[in-house]
Amino acid sequence: MTSLPAPTPKKLGLVIDLDTCVGCHACAVACKEWNDGGDFGPLPDADPYGAQPRGVWFNRVHSYAVEPGIGLAPGIGNRESGIAGAKDNASSPRAAASPIPDSPFPIPGLTVHFPRSCLHCETPACVTVCPTGASYKRAEDGIVLVDADKCIGCQLCAWACPYGAREFSVQKGTMQKCTLCVDRIYNETLDEADRQPACVLACPTRARHFGDLGDADSPVSQLVAERGGHALMPEFGYRPVNRYLPPRPRRDASTAQPAAPREETLDREKLPGVLRWLDRVLSR
Amino acid sequence: MRPTFSIICFTVLSGLGYGAWFLLGLLAAADWPCGPAWTPSPDLCLRPGAPAWLGPIGFVLVSAGLLCSLGHLGQPQRAWRALSQWRSSWLSREGVAALLTFLPAVALVLLDFAAAGALAGLAPADAHALRAGGMPVRALLGGLLALGALSTVVCTANIYASLKPIRAWHDRHVVPGYLLLGLYGGMLLAWLADALPGWSIGTSERRILLIGLIALALAGAWLKHRYWRSIDAQPATSAGHATGLSALGTVRSFEQPHTEDNYLTHEMGFVLARKHARKLRRNTLAAAFLLPALLAMLALAMPAIQPLAAWLALASGLAGLFVERWLFFAEAKHTVMAYYGR
Repeated sequence: MTSLPAPTPKKLGLVIDLDTCVGCHACAVACKEWNDGGDFGPLPDADPYGAQPRGVWFNRVHSYAVEPGIGLAPGIGNRESGIAGAKDNASSPRAAASPIPDSPFPIPGLTVHFPRSCLHCETPACVTVCPTGASYKRAEDGIVLVDADKCIGCQLCAWACPYGAREFSVQKGTMQKCTLCVDRIYNETLDEADRQPACVLACPTRARHFGDLGDADSPVSQLVAERGGHALMPEFGYRPVNRYLPPRPRRDASTAQPAAPREETLDREKLPGVLRWLDRVLSR
Repeated sequence: MRPTFSIICFTVLSGLGYGAWFLLGLLAAADWPCGPAWTPSPDLCLRPGAPAWLGPIGFVLVSAGLLCSLGHLGQPQRAWRALSQWRSSWLSREGVAALLTFLPAVALVLLDFAAAGALAGLAPADAHALRAGGMPVRALLGGLLALGALSTVVCTANIYASLKPIRAWHDRHVVPGYLLLGLYGGMLLAWLADALPGWSIGTSERRILLIGLIALALAGAWLKHRYWRSIDAQPATSAGHATGLSALGTVRSFEQPHTEDNYLTHEMGFVLARKHARKLRRNTLAAAFLLPALLAMLALAMPAIQPLAAWLALASGLAGLFVERWLFFAEAKHTVMAYYGR
């Protein structure tokens, strides 16, 4: 059925840290490698060694230059919160000041590497538009999958997804997409530590985290709460499960404050009698 | 979006066919021009006129269009599976509605041609009595056919209009556009049917047909103009918005995930139509609507050129509708291209 299941209590998904991602594409390659041989493979390329090696990838890593724009102070990267509105800056005199006074060079901004894959939405349009029932959302954990035996390859689901999560395999004549490595995470023949999506295990900077985002106490949910993780384009109403953690504020010479002397604390009750007396006398 | 030949053929041809069937169904339900409410030209009602011809031509166009749509599938032999998810999917609803509409259409065509054979051998009084006797069945089939054709085109349009990431399709002018253009195509076919020897309707009926055609052509041109103004006003999605990083500054893509084209950029990164949009829109308006309307006006003034004008109007209108549909697909931009900075 392509009608959606009742809201799933368990929402498995990924949390991707844009602060630590270095854009090495290891996640994309590990994904292609595992899924070429996993239950949902193969992932053939049209012309692997030719000029147009067009083939399906479940995960693609974009790279962006983030430059301070109009209305934004040059020192945007120094703000307390990584994500700060333009209005915020206008009202803050420190943000408006150039981080390096009289510098002829503009502040270069940030480089952000951005892995893009299926967000396993809570109300995905790619599932409801499917005419055959090949596309479905699992009631038990919220993973969105394609049944390759039912798919007719009409590509309507790819059109319905604003995140580009679905790709058509010309070789197979069906749609393919991220499975959240459903053939790994429940795979009892693997070591327990390996029951994670291939992309998460491959990441050398631990920028990818896998877990239950439906459980507010899970490590991934706490990470999202702590770092202010955001969902992509929520205005579509598809309620993505995956979250992206914004780059942390950058430090430079102008904002590096000398560390404030730390307030020392003393628990008088724990002192031996003589010293407790001394403390009392000196405290008068 | 990359304009696919199979989908353009599907929407244009089936749209035209359903337009023809809708007209036929409506006329059968109202028993035009032979019912008591109308004053037909003499003799018109004892032979199948132009409206009856709309049945078979609609059948050919609808079937051709639906077969074309199979050409877009990666696994066309599994197409029957697409009839199962009508609760949630407009594509599935379209398939179900399309198949159901064949039932009244085939029944009505068979009835009309069987009646034509039976009526031919009878005296006028008996023939009129037989005709009047068959009317309720014909009106029922006509009503069902008009309803089926209407709902199928509504479903076809909604396949595209329901896709929020493609804003040029998720526009309020899309469903009325598909309906109006389908009906307009049906009118062009009706005029052509009238021009075929032996099938013509009466002079006063033709007058109504041509005035209706001119009105629909002008309405179509106006609606397309409104649609284009509407989609031109839609703001583009930026990479900053798509990544959720816009508050940090201007987000500019400096490196794509892969050096070569992929499925997404190939399917959704079609630029040619937007580059030449102005010229193509002008051609669409001229070929699809204005030229056929002019020809219809000429035919009203000079009945002698009627058959030639009907052929020319259909040729020009059909070419224009193909360009219109090509543009509808090719001009549309998919939100995912924002990630690629395009």
